[in-house]
Amino acid sequence: MHEEEQKKVADLVKQSLRPMKRELTRDLWPQMLLRLDESSRDRPWYAVLLSPAALSSVPWFDWALLAVLIIGICAFPRSIPVWLYHF
Amino acid sequence: MELLEEHPKVLAQFAMGDLAAFETLFRQFQAEVYGWIVRIVRNPSAAEDLTTETFWRIYTAHARFDPGRSFGAWSRRIATNVAIDYLKTAQSRERHIAGNLSPESAEDPRVDNPAIQRELRERIQLAFQQLPAKLRVVAALALLEQCPHGEIAETLNISTAAVKSRLFRAIAVLRKKLGNLDTSHA
Repeated sequence: MHEEEQKKVADLVKQSLRPMKRELTRDLWPQMLLRLDESSRDRPWYAVLLSPAALSSVPWFDWALLAVLIIGICAFPRSIPVWLYHF
Repeated sequence: MELLEEHPKVLAQFAMGDLAAFETLFRQFQAEVYGWIVRIVRNPSAAEDLTTETFWRIYTAHARFDPGRSFGAWSRRIATNVAIDYLKTAQSRERHIAGNLSPESAEDPRVDNPAIQRELRERIQLAFQQLPAKLRVVAALALLEQCPHGEIAETLNISTAAVKSRLFRAIAVLRKKLGNLDTSHA
């Protein structure tokens, strides 16, 4: 194909198809929230609970408390009934 | 965008999966992502859905995001992939719509050249919509939206030479599809 002919086809396409308006006319965040909500409903509970977003929202002192509890149980297994009684 | 680049904390929080940080990024980049997608798919309502789809993919891929890099460039690349996927799946449907009468084929006052007849425009639009997705993306961005080849290459993760090659192929395919059109109308 000659360069001139190529240019003619390109010009023809440009004149037939207009550039699109690029402005977004509404906020899409509500639509995004619906999408997030739908997907979380489709996921099993443990996937939601163990998701990075959920895990990162737990404060550090709660993790520290959990660590103390696990160490306590490992060190003193007989204390498990006491823990169960308190929880 | 520059404002956000100064706040790497938001990007780091997003990479950790923080929803509030994601919302901040969404609100900042939704218009830009939409603007990019609509230029490729040339359908405003589909572009809105694809913008949401793009951000959904962004949210699910947050762990792979490097906060040291540009969020804008990353989101644009994902948006391009989403748009190409859409073009691939919607091509047969678009053919049918264009076969009847596409929204673009209605009389458009912005087409200045009166020599371009309606029937001719419809044939060109149909031929354009039937282009393979990869060629159509390049043709839409380079020919219609006048995007620099370098920018297209960066977004598609290909070389500038490949952009030029795809553009050449797209025009060749269009020429072939349009058959014996008298291009002197242009």
